[in-house]
Parts: sequence; C-alpha cells; structure tokens
Amino acid sequence: MSLLKSATFSFALVVSLSHLAMAVDSPNLGQPVSEADLAAWDISIGPDGKGLPAGQGTIAQGEVVYAAKCQACHGEKGAGRPNDALVGGFDTLAGDKPAVKTVGSYWPYPTTFFDYVRRAMPWNEPKSLTNDEVYAVAAYVFSLNGLIKPDAVMNAQTLPQVQMPNRDGFVTFPRTAKID
Amino acid sequence: MAGKRKRDDGHSADQAAGNGLLDRRLFLRSSLFAGVSGAGLAPLAAQAEPLTNPKWTLEPGAPFNGYGKPSRFEDKNVRNYTPPANPATFGIGTARTPHHLLDGMITPNSLHFERSHGGVPDIDPAQHKLAIHGLVKRPLVFTVEALSRYPMTSRISFIECGGNSGGLSAAQATPNNVQGLHGLLSCAEWTGVKLSTLLDEAGIDPSAKWILAEGADSASVSRSIPLAKALDDCIVCLYQNGERIRPENGYPIRLLVPGYSGNMNIKWLRRIKLVNAPVMTKDETSKYTILLPTGKAWKFVFPLEVKSMITKPSPGINLQGKGIYEISGLAWSGNGRITKVEVSADGGQSWTPALLQDPVLSKAVTRFRLPWNWSGAPAVLQSRATDETGMVQPSRAQIIAERGLRGAYHFNAIASWKVDDKGELTNVFA
Repeated sequence: MSLLKSATFSFALVVSLSHLAMAVDSPNLGQPVSEADLAAWDISIGPDGKGLPAGQGTIAQGEVVYAAKCQACHGEKGAGRPNDALVGGFDTLAGDKPAVKTVGSYWPYPTTFFDYVRRAMPWNEPKSLTNDEVYAVAAYVFSLNGLIKPDAVMNAQTLPQVQMPNRDGFVTFPRTAKID
Repeated sequence: MAGKRKRDDGHSADQAAGNGLLDRRLFLRSSLFAGVSGAGLAPLAAQAEPLTNPKWTLEPGAPFNGYGKPSRFEDKNVRNYTPPANPATFGIGTARTPHHLLDGMITPNSLHFERSHGGVPDIDPAQHKLAIHGLVKRPLVFTVEALSRYPMTSRISFIECGGNSGGLSAAQATPNNVQGLHGLLSCAEWTGVKLSTLLDEAGIDPSAKWILAEGADSASVSRSIPLAKALDDCIVCLYQNGERIRPENGYPIRLLVPGYSGNMNIKWLRRIKLVNAPVMTKDETSKYTILLPTGKAWKFVFPLEVKSMITKPSPGINLQGKGIYEISGLAWSGNGRITKVEVSADGGQSWTPALLQDPVLSKAVTRFRLPWNWSGAPAVLQSRATDETGMVQPSRAQIIAERGLRGAYHFNAIASWKVDDKGELTNVFA
C-alpha cells in the first residue's frame, strides 16, 4: 500500500514538473523570437480585423488593380471563368438548384477577402500586392457586389465594418465530437 | 446470419446473404472452398502447361541501386489527375490513389493522394522553420534539425480530402472507377513530434482556444483547429511510411490532424498561431463548408464520418467467369475504430459481415474481405461500415435527405458497383 502511494506521488510529481517547468522530457530547442521579428509571417486576419495593416484603397484604384492582376482568371467585373466568380449569386443559396457561392453571396466576413488575397493572389505572384492594392481590390469587389457606397475607402477601420449578406449563414456542424 | 442453406442446385453451401455472398469465416478454415464449389479439391482450371526456365532464371539480374522503383510491368499503377481547367493556375487540383490496384492498408508514398492549391514548393529543409506564437508565454522558432531531435511518435492514419467521393453527389452516376470516385483517401504511417510537446514548450496562455496552422506554399493554406484537438492527438510529422515526407505531401513538415478533414492536415507547415477564436480563413468559409437546402451552411465540418468502399472487384477489375472471388475493400472513420463492415451483393436487400483484417486502428483504414460465389448473373455490390461510436454509414438517399445534392464535401454514402452478366463493373446509384 505504501509502495503504491509512493508510486502515485512520484507520478504526480513528474506530471506537475513537466507542466510547470516546461517539458522535462523535451530537448527545449525552440529559439525565442519576438512578435516583431515574426511580423513578415503573421498575415492572418480574423473577423475582428485585428492586425490589418496601414494603407487604404478606393473602388477606382481597385478597378485598375483588378484589370491588371485579377481579370484574366476571374473575368470581367468578377463574373468568373476560367476561375471562381467573385460577384453575384444572391438568392441562390436556399433550395436545390446549383448555388453560386461568391464573395458577395456566400463569404461571411470581409476580413477573409483581405487575408486570402494578400497571402495567395494573384496565383502566379502571391504576396506581391501592396497593402494599398489589396485594400483597393477589396473595395472594387465589394462594390461590384453592392456592399459599399461609391465613395467608400477601405482601410483597417472600414474594411471589417462591411456588412456581408451571408454573415449569419453558417451553423456549426452538429456532429463534431467533443475533446476535453 | 450465416446459417447453412440448401441451395437450389442441391449443394450445401455457406451462403450468408443473397446473390452468393459466403460466410466470412470460410477464410479461417483449412478446407476453404471445398464445400462451396461442391467439387471437393478437384481443380476448376484447365491443365497447366509443362514448366520451363524463363530467361531471368538463366542469367544474372540487375545490379544494386540507391532508391528502388516498382517493376516496369507496374506502369499502370499510378495516380491520376486531370489537366487544370485553367492552365495558368496549373497547381490547383488533385492526384488520386489507384485503390483498385492496391491491397493491404498502407498507401505507398508515391501513390498517396495529393490535393494542392498553389503547386508543390521546393523547400530546402535547412532553411525551413516552424514558428509557434500568438497566445503563448514564449514565441518560438524551430528548425527542422531541432525538431528531428525531439522524441518521436508514430501513428498509422488515413488522410481524406473533404471533397473525396463528391462524384456520388452528382445527379446521375458517372462512368468512374474507385480511383476517380474515392481516390482522395490514403493511409500511411506518420512519424513526428506531438504538437502538444511543442505547445507546452511555448507555454499556452489560458485564453487560447484555437490554433491557426499555416503552410509555406505559395497559397499559404491556413486552417483554424480547436486547441483541444491540437493537444489531443495532432502530430508535427517529419516522416511518411518511414522516409521523409514526400514534397507533394508536405516536405519537410506536415501537421497530422487524425480523422479531420484533409485540408486541415496542413502541408509544408511553417506557422502555428494560438488564438482565442477561429480566424475564418478562405478554406473554412468559402470552401469546405456544406450548404444545406435551407440556405444555411455547416461550418467546422471536422471529422470524416464512417465510410467504406469496395476496391476489388471494381470497375476495371472485372470478373473472369463465374466462381469464387474475394470481395475486398477499405473502411474508415474519423471518429474512431471500425467495428463492422457489411457487404451486400443484391443492392442492399441482404447483408453479411465481412472479415476485418488486423490491425483495426482508430482513424486508420481497415481492410475487409469476404468470399463470394458469383453465379454469373447481374449483381450490385455494396459495403456498409459501422464505427465504435455506433454510427452506421448512410445510404445515398439518407445523405440527400439530410443535405440535398449540393453538399459534396464529406460525402460518405454507401457506394454501388453494378456487375453485369459479362462480369464488368460500373458505378451506379442503387
């Protein structure tokens, strides 16, 4: 009995050490780095817009960027073809006919557009657009979908405020097992 | 269920379900099919030709080589991929595993399926780094060399693209084989460092609830994953089936998220950020969400639910005359172990359990087998898996009733192969 108690105690000690004093069974080879030095990689933008960079763009500026960098794949005025359509598709989500899922009809957050275009577009030159250009092309595509006024300017303050029509269109999958 | 029946032709047979399905336990008997054929041990095939020594027995073979290749006669055993719809975006697409030409549970590395969004990056491991930051006490950067010194763990796990089997959501069945329909599933032994070890080293802030995992490819594919899952069983992998991960599957580091949608198993992993809420990236909003007839869509569709497919016989692997065949396939569940696979040869009117081949592992594929005495008449082959949570693989009609035909992701319906009287198999909706 005392042996068992002692074994239990040792086990508890090891567990608490490993959690309080970092992993004792780990080589601890991670190199400390400052968030400032991580900035070039820290490009994800959540729905609250936290982390959006300085800069701004207008619809007119975005139209120029779009024609030069986006239109070849996404069509004139975001109509799509050969790649995804970016505009329209409103009122196609309910029912059983094919849905047209675009930035305007389907995407729930404006921040996703900034995040994705900055990291992945244009496909052949990802991460090449300036922040001003990303804001501008966001303004243009939001405008084509009728989401912002003609004189709107997109920046870190205004972009997260854009009201996406399908903002409340998503429900969490009901059968994801809980992990606790 | 597997009781002996008196057959019309007078032979006693271990018939277990309609259209010639036999008892799975026949595989465990030494007198295998003696009773089934009704002909004892008499061979069914014609007399063999006299044996001679072929030339490879009479001359020395090839010398040694550094990295082995399959036999030159196996040149059809390859992934398939369709030309990109837009040649300018050539790196967006898939390459599918040829399950009709494989057996066992492990997918060879050269044939593991690939889904990429920005092409395959050519990463120098000496320059690759993994950053862990955000809601942590100590932001850290790990080199690949450093990670290689950590205690390793191995797990045999399937990875399945969220879009696999989307062909079953088409309005009409298409002339596809198992590779074209179900080839975005593979299973490998993955080896690496537990993600929890690295997160503990960085020190998890109590406010962290999710992680964002991001790749180093040109698309910088990124997904939000619940922190509880990250701490439960995720692995920062360096090895795939014993060798370093293949470039198209994430070299030099891939995140394994066992049982969860393939896209979350971030390839070319370079960053993990601890956050208090999901980031709502492109691939968890505009893609990999399931639109329902109501107009609402499911988000965070994480586990790949219980599913199975028959790989043999299947389209292209046709039957050569009536007689005994093995029906074989794979079953898997992102929610745990497979507990049962039933097979039907009459389009779902009657079923019998297949033999589950060891090992049966959680969140890995399980190989199942069942003997079949094909009479030469048309048949419809189906498999239906059950997992340890009790979930039973749904019929196509059940899925359509729940979500319509537009929710192609995570389409785990029972699939059907029609066998015609010539022994040719085709994809049908039955």
